[in-house]
Amino acid sequence: MQGNCIIIGASHAAAQLAPSLRQEGWEGRIIIIGDEPHAPYHRPPLSKTFLSGEKTLDQILIRPLAAYDKIDAEFILGQRVKHIDRAQKTIQLDNGDTLEYEKLALCTGSRPRQIPLPGVELNGVHYLRTVADIEGIRGDLKGDPSSARVVIIGGGYIGLETAAALNKLGVNVTVLEMMDRILQRVTAPVISDFYHRVHSEAGVNIQTGMGVDAILGDGKVNAVQCSNGEILDADVVIIGAGIVPNTELAEAAGLDIDNGIAVDAYAQSSDPDIVAAGDCSSYPHALIGSRVRLESVPNATEQAKTAAASICGKQIDNHSHPWFWSDQYDIKLQIAGFNMGYDTVLVRGDKNSRSFSVWYFKGDQLLAADCINQAKEFMQAKQLLTKGINPSPGHVCDPDFDLKSLLA
Amino acid sequence: MPLINYVDASGNQFEAEVEVGSNVMQGAIDNMIDGILAECGGACACATCHCYVDAAWQDKMPAIESAEQDLLEAVVEPKDNSRLSCQLVVTEDMDGLVVHLPASQY
Repeated sequence: MQGNCIIIGASHAAAQLAPSLRQEGWEGRIIIIGDEPHAPYHRPPLSKTFLSGEKTLDQILIRPLAAYDKIDAEFILGQRVKHIDRAQKTIQLDNGDTLEYEKLALCTGSRPRQIPLPGVELNGVHYLRTVADIEGIRGDLKGDPSSARVVIIGGGYIGLETAAALNKLGVNVTVLEMMDRILQRVTAPVISDFYHRVHSEAGVNIQTGMGVDAILGDGKVNAVQCSNGEILDADVVIIGAGIVPNTELAEAAGLDIDNGIAVDAYAQSSDPDIVAAGDCSSYPHALIGSRVRLESVPNATEQAKTAAASICGKQIDNHSHPWFWSDQYDIKLQIAGFNMGYDTVLVRGDKNSRSFSVWYFKGDQLLAADCINQAKEFMQAKQLLTKGINPSPGHVCDPDFDLKSLLA
Repeated sequence: MPLINYVDASGNQFEAEVEVGSNVMQGAIDNMIDGILAECGGACACATCHCYVDAAWQDKMPAIESAEQDLLEAVVEPKDNSRLSCQLVVTEDMDGLVVHLPASQY
């Protein structure tokens, strides 16, 4: 008789791990523990259609509760795990309950990076990671959004998607980016320039090279003091400064940590009875060639499948390249691959249009492509990466050359 | 609720009741039907919910928009009846719909 498989974190990874465990033959109980009161939901729409009000919570659940009933997976929601006892093979919840496990899956995800600014504790200052965060933001904007002024601190994808969604609601939005361009950490300048232009044209005020000295207000935020001394009026401030992996529980349990819970290619941690998957974990990626911690839904899903197999004593190799996407206004960005370590950037198509792609190489090797309203080229890039085919600069830069011909 | 029939590449059949207003991809996800990956969760961003709509049903499907068309052109083994199942919003008229799933989404 198999015992319990406990999944900590009601996340994207958990929503895949539970059914995959049944498919791989796990017969014991499956218990998913989450600190939010909700079953696993899609996080990407939070900064997009959920913020804009186009979608409700029910519409962003990854699976309805009935789907988990069918596979006999149980939930304990609104509870945090405060301790893992590896010797006893138990976990302890905030409410004092202790549960035994035979296998444990850590899908603890990540949380927004906190920035130590004066005034960050004021009402009206929000991070953006959970349904509760969005409900808070929407609550503060209620009434006439077109009279609201929102300052977003951080010009990464979350900040920019949020800016686009709020702009659509008529909100007056300013984005403050400390670095000299938006998206600096993740893309080439040509993509940064593109989004800067698109947001400016839509009426979002983007200021780069602009730090924040303090958030001002009396109980409730009313302004942001920029590093150049300028004071910007603000009804709401949203901070998007990246995420940090939730590793504390694993660390306290003595598991290896390396920019995330360190697992192998099979999602196995340094304890044979514990796996980890998703944003909280780092692993040696066969195709990227180094240990990485990927912050993406497809990665969480793939790694969860691998983890489920490992729990059931099987090893499956994950040979998929990472990919990412971002929706802003009418622009769909799809990113194939991972551009870390690139030395060459090639543009395919007209970078001044709203449809082109940017290709990243290290030497002759294709690493990644950022495709703007270019779904076809995204699919081709993904396939080129999967097959290990490196297109020549001449072929990439000639939009009339059919990249598909390289795949034959 | 409309009953959707999913037929995998080996010919195995799965039936699932799917709510009106949901979509054919979500029906597969909710019922743990393999063969639809749906990596992006229905944002028309990934083409991992590719399916073939049975010939008898093709003209009852919603029109293909440009983002879907671009993705469809690059899926493994595209056919005339290829669709992304996330874009097939279920209506009362779809009761009995048959979709065939490809052997692989990559």
